[in-house]
Amino acid sequence: MNRFNQLYAWLMLLPALVLLLAFTHIPALTTLWHSLFFPARGRNPSEFAGLENYRSMLDDAVFWQAFHNNLWYAIGTVPTSMALALAMALWVNSKISGRAALRLAYFTPTMLPMIAVANIWLFFYTPEIGLFNKILNSVGLTGINWLGDPNWALISLMLMTIWKESGFFMIFYLAALQSLNKDIYAAAAVENASPLYVFRRITLPLLMPTTLFVLVNAVLNAFKLVDHLFILTKGGPNNATNLLLYYIYENAFSFFDSNYAAALTLVLLILLILLAVVQFLLVERRIHYR
Amino acid sequence: MSQLEIRQLRKEWQETLAVKNISFEIAQGEFVALLGPSGCGKSTTLKMIAGLEHPSSGSISLNGQDITHLPPGKRGLAMVFQSYALFPHLSIAENIVFGLKARGVGALERDQRLKRVTDLVNLGDHLSKRPSQLSGGQCQRVALARAIIAEAPLCLMDEPLSNLDAKLRNEMRAELRALQQRLGMTVLYVTHDQVEAMSMADRILLLNQGEIAQCGTPNALYQTPASTFVARFIGNPPMNLINKGSFLLGIRPEHIHLATDGIAAEVIRCDYHGADTIIDISLPSLSHQTIKLRLPGHQLLAAGSALNINWRSQDQHVFCSTTGQRLSDYVLPTLTTHSLIQKEFHHDTQH
Ligand SMILES: Nc1ncnc2c1ncn2[C@@H]1O[C@H](COP(=O)(O)OP(=O)(O)OP(=O)(O)O)[C@@H](O)[C@H]1O
Ligand SMILES: [Mg+2]
Repeated sequence: MNRFNQLYAWLMLLPALVLLLAFTHIPALTTLWHSLFFPARGRNPSEFAGLENYRSMLDDAVFWQAFHNNLWYAIGTVPTSMALALAMALWVNSKISGRAALRLAYFTPTMLPMIAVANIWLFFYTPEIGLFNKILNSVGLTGINWLGDPNWALISLMLMTIWKESGFFMIFYLAALQSLNKDIYAAAAVENASPLYVFRRITLPLLMPTTLFVLVNAVLNAFKLVDHLFILTKGGPNNATNLLLYYIYENAFSFFDSNYAAALTLVLLILLILLAVVQFLLVERRIHYR
Repeated sequence: MSQLEIRQLRKEWQETLAVKNISFEIAQGEFVALLGPSGCGKSTTLKMIAGLEHPSSGSISLNGQDITHLPPGKRGLAMVFQSYALFPHLSIAENIVFGLKARGVGALERDQRLKRVTDLVNLGDHLSKRPSQLSGGQCQRVALARAIIAEAPLCLMDEPLSNLDAKLRNEMRAELRALQQRLGMTVLYVTHDQVEAMSMADRILLLNQGEIAQCGTPNALYQTPASTFVARFIGNPPMNLINKGSFLLGIRPEHIHLATDGIAAEVIRCDYHGADTIIDISLPSLSHQTIKLRLPGHQLLAAGSALNINWRSQDQHVFCSTTGQRLSDYVLPTLTTHSLIQKEFHHDTQH
């Protein structure tokens, strides 16, 4: 009976397992294998390179720039979009009139594909006729070359990402807020706790599981989402907005060095796994699961 | 001196009228039960007193101060919730002193009061645990401790024992009452369980559809119910109401006894409850109306067997058959003579 159950369980798992193996684990392993070779030149078969691809990565200034950019990009977008998401969730969760419309408004950026968002923001950022510069000019300030100035380009990308992501994270916070027990808040009110005290001692700790979930997703997205680069900057100017995944794409499909791209991919993968593990370990300890 | 004074309190939502202009008072150290069927407005009344719901009209004052429009935290009262409303992420100790911390009471005094209260409710061993690690009864004690530690002049409780099993509920009932008397707490206690109200309260406020049906000691509600609603709500099984045309004759099942020369009755069925047996009988002389009677011990009476019943005249109640109000305590000629009463009754002016 037990053995039959086991077999049954494995059979039920088989379809998912096959798909997961075929499209995730096996490609990961071939990527690893692929990263150990030099690219094929002409008719010669590709030569075994050992760790040569990884060594050259250490000397690759563009790689390090993309790495730095990506770190700053994550640091700049993740906390801000999460804080905004929480603030918006608290706001649309309160008893205000027209909150359904407000929720929809906040959620709209999430429904748009990244490419469409980038096109909209391209209009905002355009130097001469762009919305932002028109606003700046109207109050007597000189416009900024948002996407062309290396000092501003990455910041411009961050702004757009925050705008797009916070509405998405708001939904998770909103769902979590609505599942909290109302009586707890009544009890806190009877105990004369101020709104700030209630937020700090009750709401925030009870939202920690959601915060962890959102944090992991936000960090992953900061490394995974590069669609907007194709529209806005293509990694420029002078690699000021080059991000890791975009650099991988460039290596594979612009420079046709798929072996180096494979090595980069593996590094990115390991980086993401490390980040996720660290976040879980750090935050898990402070989380109270009901 | 009355401590809590409610005047013409009213609450309506768009189409529901939950509380209809009720007024009552609670004296210092009194334990008052707010009793009534589900949906009669008990919780709404309590929430308005706590400040968690705004009254549509009326006023609330505590110790002479009008608190109708104060926020909940400024009213100086404590509350125990049906769902306990414990903070799941905080330890038991943190839960209990939450209010003291929020009010800025110093650490030293906090610890002293915590120690005193946890001794009172027997929670000493659990202070560092989380609410999820405690049983329902223990959670209830934590909620109670949180209310006691505030040392508020008035403590509100909304069905605090309804999530406990029957045995634990009995224990907690006695414990809660003892604690209230020992500390001299003033308590307004919401319940839909008449046994709870009867056994714990100094006074019962019986609510029906947002109105006070009767207010008085448990004994008064049992002995002189002001209306058929009160008569049927208090007591288990409820009072029998025998329709006699212009009036209703009420008699409690436990007040009916077997007699050799009483009214003839026919057994319909018996319900054995252990200590006593509830017997449904029909009265052929009163157009076969069925009533219940309670007899001690195990009584096995076959359906259809004939009985004779009787009761003492002071145990019967008379209600108007149209309004349901109690009629003045007129001593009826005993029913055994079958002299059907034709006399007019006037409505009781005291209720
Ligand atoms: N927020 C609300 N909006 C509209 N109607 C409400 C609201 N809260 C309560 N009511 C209505 O008011 C009436 C009284 O409700 P309340 O909760 O006071 O009943 P209760 O006596 O506490 O009942 P229970 O014993 O079931 O807890 C009910 O008819 C209920 O439907
Ligand atoms: Mg209720």
